[in-house]
Amino acid sequence: MTTDQTTTPAAPADAAPAVDPRLLVREAGLAGYVAEFKRKMKNGDLGSVPVVLGLILIGAIFQGITGDFLNADILTNITKWIAGPGLIAVGIVFVLLLGEIDLSLGSVAGVSAAIAAVLSARSGYNEWLSCLIAVAAAVAIGALHGFFFAKIGVPAFVVTLAGLLAWSGLQQYVLGDKGTVNVVNDGVLANLDTYFLGDGDIAYTWGLAVLGIALFAAGQLLDARRRAAAGLAARPTSEIALRTGVLAAIALTAAYMLNQDRGLPLPLVVFLGVVVITDFVLRRTSYGRQIFAVGGGVEAARRAGINVAWVRISVFMISAGMAALGGLFIASQQGSADKLLGGGNVLMNSIAAAVIGGTSLFGGRGKTWSALLGILVIQSIITGLDLVHVDQAIQYMITGAVLLAAVVLDSVSRRTRKTAAR
Amino acid sequence: MTGAPVLALRGVSKRFGAVQALTDVHLEVHAGEVVALVGDNGAGKSTLVKTIAGVHPIDEGTIEWEGQSVTIGRPHDAQALGVATVYQDLALCDNLDVVGNLFLGRELRRFGTLDEVAMEKRARELLDTLSIRIPSVRIPIAALSGGQRQVVAIARALVGDPKIVILDEPTAALGVEQTAQVLDLVERLRDRGLGVILISHNMADVKAVADTVAVLRLGRNNGVFEVANTSHEEIISAITGATENAVTRRQARLAEDAK
Repeated sequence: MTTDQTTTPAAPADAAPAVDPRLLVREAGLAGYVAEFKRKMKNGDLGSVPVVLGLILIGAIFQGITGDFLNADILTNITKWIAGPGLIAVGIVFVLLLGEIDLSLGSVAGVSAAIAAVLSARSGYNEWLSCLIAVAAAVAIGALHGFFFAKIGVPAFVVTLAGLLAWSGLQQYVLGDKGTVNVVNDGVLANLDTYFLGDGDIAYTWGLAVLGIALFAAGQLLDARRRAAAGLAARPTSEIALRTGVLAAIALTAAYMLNQDRGLPLPLVVFLGVVVITDFVLRRTSYGRQIFAVGGGVEAARRAGINVAWVRISVFMISAGMAALGGLFIASQQGSADKLLGGGNVLMNSIAAAVIGGTSLFGGRGKTWSALLGILVIQSIITGLDLVHVDQAIQYMITGAVLLAAVVLDSVSRRTRKTAAR
Repeated sequence: MTGAPVLALRGVSKRFGAVQALTDVHLEVHAGEVVALVGDNGAGKSTLVKTIAGVHPIDEGTIEWEGQSVTIGRPHDAQALGVATVYQDLALCDNLDVVGNLFLGRELRRFGTLDEVAMEKRARELLDTLSIRIPSVRIPIAALSGGQRQVVAIARALVGDPKIVILDEPTAALGVEQTAQVLDLVERLRDRGLGVILISHNMADVKAVADTVAVLRLGRNNGVFEVANTSHEEIISAITGATENAVTRRQARLAEDAK
């Protein structure tokens, strides 16, 4: 989970002609890693390090105060609660990669949840169909935002601000007079949040962890082999082993903790799946490359033959679709869709999560994993503060301070990047 | 420099509303030839280049490609023929690495996903054949110097195997060292048998690398010179129009009368 684009591939010494003397090549062995790490720290090129340190710090502090923060049931609850705002944050990451912002995603989440709940619980439609219609409606809303932004040229900030108001109005209209619609008892929507895979069978948790580790290791090894066969600098096996080891430690610890409680929660699986898939799309497909290109230089992207308008519109469709998914999980968690769903600080928490996780507000830099890391930080803070019964007013202030710190880090690392570009 | 030109413009005119930007312009580019296109601001250099690149379709005249008359209506047509244009600025995405920029818009794929290995390999080969020295093909463009960026932008134009490369003021805003790098690269393009159209305000650059200088003045041809047999002053006077003044007109008239 380190930033790939900043890791200078170390070439073996016998491939010397390919390496420019100006390039800082990592020395072999552990000392090389340490030296490179120090250099990056000095340059303000921090990657995910501050977030991970922050998470450890948060865990340690709340464990120290409450004594039961790191208990299996609380950790399991955190992994369930992050799915809703986390999915919205994935949508935010897409929009941020373009260097834009989408302020409407909270309302879009709310209106989608309202549509799904009303269709399934009040009108008696099939629940799957209701959810599908809700997500499709959100995608259409995103297309509308994208159209006004990309084709008409209205700033995305303004378009989505209008959307923020309009869609929360639609949300109230859909919900009608009563204002709250409970989800169908033990239905699809209700189970989104409460279901544990295999009804808590520990095999699923271990299976997912082992599968993830194996796929990661296999992918890395295959990639390294192809690169070596093509005569390119490849990651040494020792580094792959190290990375796999770190991932295995995290995944197996998580699996152990989840199994202490109720097993593998469905929201976590869906959220992780979405993060992995979107990460793949962004890094490994032409479409993802186009998103980065538009975020890094609109004119250059246009001259390269990229359909900039379509990229923009489609990104707004994706972000709205993600928000709809998030809205469904939030509705599932609270057992109902109401007028407040997606309001309040849901949007702000999601934006904060994307930025805290390391996605740049200035466009062109970030990954969907930052949604996961960031929302973990925010949800841990919220849960921890709830445990020690801190007033919501204080929670807002603390979350705000964390967000500010993240943006400061982003700006500083951006500045050092600029000065590094001589 | 024998045989039919790769690209030939014959009697090309272009109007924008009431403005006659180009009038009856002729231009020929052969394989392995560097044609410098010079002229004052507003002489029509950019417009001419844009007609070749397909940004502005021509109003009158013909464009011939390897002896065949062709229509270039949009940028895609020009690219399909084999015309690559390198713009002065805004040509690269700062956040993508060198490989990503080189293949932007025409990524190599494998099983539907990006084939980073093949792209990196081809990028290395391309940069090596052009003797381009970049610290690493995996660093973001933002970390490169101005000259390196220009060189990457030119290399990017070559990924599609063009026959004509148009360089729009490639050395503007570059230092001495970087300018030399870019000029070296222009010579290497010529040696590879590409036709190069070089727009420049810098006479030293033009004298250094161009074989032929085509001068535009107020949207018209104002002379085509062999660089080897032409002095700096002659080119300058063609650009500024100093050749066409009372003195030269009188001399021309006297010469007519003498016949």
